[in-house]
Amino acid sequence: MVGTSPVASAARVLLRPTRWLIYAALTASALFFLVPLVVVLLNSVRTAQEIGLGSLIGWPSVLAWDNYVQAWSSYCIAQRCEGIRMYMANSLAMVIPATIVSTALGALAGYSISLWRFRGDNIVFAVVIMGVFLPDQMKLIPWALVLRQFGLSNTVGALVLIHTIQGLSFTTLFCRNYFVAIPQDLMKAARVDGAGYFRIFWRIVLPLSPPILVVTVIWQFTGIWNEFLYGVTFTTGPQQPVTAALIAISVTAPTDVPQYGIQSAAVLLAALPTLLVYFFGGQYFLRGLTAGAIK
Amino acid sequence: MAALSVRGVHKRFGPVEVLKGIDLTVENGEFAVLLGPSGCGKSTLLAVIAGLERPSAGTIEIGDRVVNDIEPKDRDIAMVFQSYALYPAMTVRRNITFGMECRGVPKQAQSEAVARVAGLLQIDGLLERKPAQLSGGQRQRVAMGRALVRDPLLFLFDEPLSNLDAKLRVDMRTEIKQLHQRIGTTIVYVTHDQIEAMTMASRIAVMDRGEIQQFDSPETVYNRPANLFVARFLGTPPMNTVPARLAQDGESLVAIVGAGQPGQATLPLPPQSASARAYLDREVVLGIRPECISDGAKRAADIPATRIEAEVEVSEPTGAETIVLIRIAGVRLRARIAPDIKLPTGRPARFSVDTRTICLFDPQTERLIA
Repeated sequence: MVGTSPVASAARVLLRPTRWLIYAALTASALFFLVPLVVVLLNSVRTAQEIGLGSLIGWPSVLAWDNYVQAWSSYCIAQRCEGIRMYMANSLAMVIPATIVSTALGALAGYSISLWRFRGDNIVFAVVIMGVFLPDQMKLIPWALVLRQFGLSNTVGALVLIHTIQGLSFTTLFCRNYFVAIPQDLMKAARVDGAGYFRIFWRIVLPLSPPILVVTVIWQFTGIWNEFLYGVTFTTGPQQPVTAALIAISVTAPTDVPQYGIQSAAVLLAALPTLLVYFFGGQYFLRGLTAGAIK
Repeated sequence: MAALSVRGVHKRFGPVEVLKGIDLTVENGEFAVLLGPSGCGKSTLLAVIAGLERPSAGTIEIGDRVVNDIEPKDRDIAMVFQSYALYPAMTVRRNITFGMECRGVPKQAQSEAVARVAGLLQIDGLLERKPAQLSGGQRQRVAMGRALVRDPLLFLFDEPLSNLDAKLRVDMRTEIKQLHQRIGTTIVYVTHDQIEAMTMASRIAVMDRGEIQQFDSPETVYNRPANLFVARFLGTPPMNTVPARLAQDGESLVAIVGAGQPGQATLPLPPQSASARAYLDREVVLGIRPECISDGAKRAADIPATRIEAEVEVSEPTGAETIVLIRIAGVRLRARIAPDIKLPTGRPARFSVDTRTICLFDPQTERLIA
């Protein structure tokens, strides 16, 4: 290895044929996975006639931005011609409180389990994270009973309740695993200083937590926004979140021309919030997942 | 008045008994050091005193008040941790004022207290920094500042210097001792470093396996160890503890090392050993510090030295002195000689032994006899 500079050896690695193979394979698979998105993107600015006369795959001849306007406010979904506006509002009304409450409770639960050791704390933790492994279908009937009992059937509030409680398993797991890295000496020092349960949480633990809170919020937001099964099972008509409403979009009266352009625009609008969250928070997400030690 | 009384304290974690009946009384203004190897229970004892752990049995009194059922914050204590335990998200100033904030001390009094402590510890320039921006020594000072600002009845130090590098540790050691002389508050200080214990303590509690082996002044603990554990724990190298036979020589007692072997050494015992007469003609364990065995040429006029001859096995120069492993009639001892003396290994040499501080231990109970 005499006389080999790091730059030169890095360049040699880059030029190796196996490297090229790896890059080629990665590029090919990236293109493959992006094709559906590209098709939807292109169709969202093509007119229905253009798609109907030509092929489903093709370049737009004119940019039909009107598709987005219609999808947002006037397209007919299940006999209501108000676009996806209302369903987007439902989704936001569901995702915002459910994300905030499940993250806050998960942080508090994770804090209790990791830093206030109590008798049976590990058992409590094991039971809580069992929720991570239970399939959603299994929980449909219990939830139906609970919602009827509480008089919450077919309300956005029902979905808030479901996602808050089911989110607790994940948020508790995330926060607990982050908080165990906080040294016990900090807790002891705070206790000698006279701080109690909530003051320690608020003044000492929370200021250390932005990385894991960002992770948890992104996880909850995207998970709850994209959730479909509970939305379609427990709400109907004007109460549905946008994911459930989109299914009605594909139902077109047989006499009509299929409105692929508007439907594509609606799908993209519905995906926009999670895409934005990913663009702005994605870097924190990756960083937060690997962050462990607090020094 | 006793600043701290620990009476019959036991602490069990499941089946493991970490503290087995601790009795300890620390007088007002004392600097008490809990010293022992890792796992001896010293840190647990400190946590019990602080109220961070509950004793399984026994009582804790701080300033003549039983505090068993009192929260750490109300025990009138302040604590410094080995890891410093500074709150990472707070500035140095907030770290120092956090305790006062919890107790609802007015803002004006808080900033006065910070100014006083910052001046005392020379951390004025660091007050607006975060702990991550401080060096190890600076963090240590801030941790002390957080404790000092409280002006408590009792300071608890849990190995506060063990995360510092060697040079800084020596400086901080001196500073803590000076600080104690200046403020005069009672300190209970946990360490596994015997130099720290010897240099700072007014009394040292040597602990092993959940029990206090001896609680006395550094000189007594060093010169008159209560048992073989203490004798072998203190000193680098520690006290030589070798089998010997007690015999009568005229009016006085002598100890014979390597009795019956060729080259046996007869050491006259000091007057305080008279109480060991019951062990006459029996085996005892003889304890003698390495510094009491020096090279034969060295002889101060006022020290009645006994001359012996021994074979040199290994010679270890440390710079300030040389540690020599010698053999007397098959029995190995360590001696401490001047660094300029070069003794050839594998050859016999003459040594002079200062027998005034010889200790005798019972080989069964391992306790100090005389």
